[in-house]
Amino acid sequence: MEFRIRRRRFIQLGSGVMIATVAHACSPSSPEAGESPSTSGEKPITMGFIYVGPKDDYGYNQAHAEGKEGASKLSFVKTVDQASVPETNEVQEVMRSMIEKDGATVLFPTSFGYFDPHILKLAKEYPDVQFFHCGGLYQADKHPKNVGSYFGYIDEGQYIAGIVAGLTTKTGKLGFIAAKPIPQVLRNINSYTLGARSVKPDVKTQLIITGNWSEPVKEAEAANSMADQGVDVITCHVDSPKVVMETAEKRGIFCTGYHANQSALAPKGYLTGAEWNWSGIYSSYAEKIKAGQTLMNGGIPHLLRGGLKDGYLTISAYGSQVSDAAKKAADAAKEKFLAGTMVVYKGELKDNQGKVIIPAGKEQLQQDPELEKMDWLVEGVIGSTGV
Amino acid sequence: MASEALGSVGVFVAILGGTLRGSVPFLFVSLGECLTEKSGKINLGLEGTLLTGAMSAYAVSFLLQGKLGSGLAPWIGVMASGLAGLCLGFIHAWLSQQRRVNDIAVGIAMIIFGSGVAFFLGKSFIQPKAPQLPTLDLGFWSTVPAVQSALKISPLFLFGMALAPVMHWFFRSTRWGLIVRAVGDSPDAALAMGISIPKVRMISIMVGSLFAGIGGSGLSLYYPGIWSENISSGQGLMAVALVIFARWNPIQCLWASLFFGGAQALGPALQAVGIDQGRYLFNAIPYLLTLVIMVLTCSPRKTLTGAPGALGEKS
Repeated sequence: MEFRIRRRRFIQLGSGVMIATVAHACSPSSPEAGESPSTSGEKPITMGFIYVGPKDDYGYNQAHAEGKEGASKLSFVKTVDQASVPETNEVQEVMRSMIEKDGATVLFPTSFGYFDPHILKLAKEYPDVQFFHCGGLYQADKHPKNVGSYFGYIDEGQYIAGIVAGLTTKTGKLGFIAAKPIPQVLRNINSYTLGARSVKPDVKTQLIITGNWSEPVKEAEAANSMADQGVDVITCHVDSPKVVMETAEKRGIFCTGYHANQSALAPKGYLTGAEWNWSGIYSSYAEKIKAGQTLMNGGIPHLLRGGLKDGYLTISAYGSQVSDAAKKAADAAKEKFLAGTMVVYKGELKDNQGKVIIPAGKEQLQQDPELEKMDWLVEGVIGSTGV
Repeated sequence: MASEALGSVGVFVAILGGTLRGSVPFLFVSLGECLTEKSGKINLGLEGTLLTGAMSAYAVSFLLQGKLGSGLAPWIGVMASGLAGLCLGFIHAWLSQQRRVNDIAVGIAMIIFGSGVAFFLGKSFIQPKAPQLPTLDLGFWSTVPAVQSALKISPLFLFGMALAPVMHWFFRSTRWGLIVRAVGDSPDAALAMGISIPKVRMISIMVGSLFAGIGGSGLSLYYPGIWSENISSGQGLMAVALVIFARWNPIQCLWASLFFGGAQALGPALQAVGIDQGRYLFNAIPYLLTLVIMVLTCSPRKTLTGAPGALGEKS
């Protein structure tokens, strides 16, 4: 008898948990349809955008949502989007419903973790739909033909921000709060540090890894700890830099932004920042698709990359605390990027363990695929990539 | 000069600061849950209450700053968060006292409901900046900015600190405290005394939920001081587990909250001085602690000392 009651209670509890999980998985609202400017008789191209967080987070997702807004201004484009989709099976359901219900033929699932296995699985299921992933995970020999990847060399912006930071810091210590030690993040850390050390060779960058894209308490804690340790310029690579910027401002230290313009959050300490400029990129994809080019017929390259020169990013306007010397040095670097003559990664370059990564005389241009596999931290960074 | 680099002393300052800053939500949620569980009910939904509280405090503070000024608005925000907690508490109390309704299942539903409400209504408050609660600068004696910053204490924290002994006294030495304990320990005896069990539980759950809501305002109006969907990162659930750790004793809830708040700061503080071995482990410490406590305390063979006798049983 005793056992039966327990078992029944167990089933009750278990089913409660099950229902709860299922309900949770279905809870977010259905995709919000954007304005549908299907003017002429021509069928509009439906583009679906999926973000991992809210659309106005002052960060990664806001940058993509602004890009989507830009693309939706085109008369032949109809856009749908959904925010706050976790990197789980849920994103598959969202993609499926965009394809089946909204008729999306082009999808931009923007978060890093959407790729494997979610995009890959859906791409096999829907070979006529094109999936564009923001990041560097695509491999031509392994992945389906209707999957492509796009990403910008935003580390160019971080390099310039690093120059400004290097010429602003009084303690010689910069801080970088990062979410995960993946290549794109490491590249930003390294470029930031290289930028700073190009103008002040003894500058060090203290790295703190929070472990996840959105960890407000840990990010605030990290910013506070760094301020305690004498770091006086902070930047970050997390989904929403809002907490980091506000905490830096509260502690009276400087910060440089990332993803979007955060100068409003830190009016005193905001120096500059690396911002995405996706609307041009999304619009150019739409133009290409309208002209009949696709990933499958080879009209659109599977890997699309670009930097400052190609309009993938912009640099925030300099804050009031930036000295004229810093402005001058940063502008000079920007000119070189725009002219295509700047090489960030050139020998002899050592990692922070003292190992030579790029031998003297060699250089890795921005387009070099080696740089997308980055798993090291440059000399001058205090921190490690592993556990 | 001392401000330039505090080195290993800085780690302690950072953990101290983190403890004082980060323990506010733990403290309020665990005290709220303590009261609820003393009356014999479990409210797992406090995670949702925490989020709703955080959102409503932030929203109200932001919306009222124009009318009331940025000094008063956050305090109205705190009240709003308490009110939001009270409402969610009412729903939980009403549902969980229906016949053949399991309070764990209702609690899980309330987590989803509370967070859903908060995410839905909070969408437009992610970007704006709401006026924050003032802090008491107890570090004025020090010239080291790190110490000054660590000792910027929220009045909410002091309120929570005071609440713990008051609750302890309430349970031990007041008639009402006795009634709550009787309902939680031995509902039959309480019934024989002529006490309305549903009424006592209703009040306990609602007041407990009110505390949790106020804890949420600590997240959004004090530290880290923003509204975002990931603001709580499971702190509400951890605080519920923490009550077991604290053996249903409000004073021990206080210590346990400080401990958990400090554990959160450990990972970043150690990385800031260049110790990044075992980073994942340090970051996982609060969760690990919760798990360990659950394993250690949940034995099927023995009951816990201090556990209310009728906890989680069907009425």
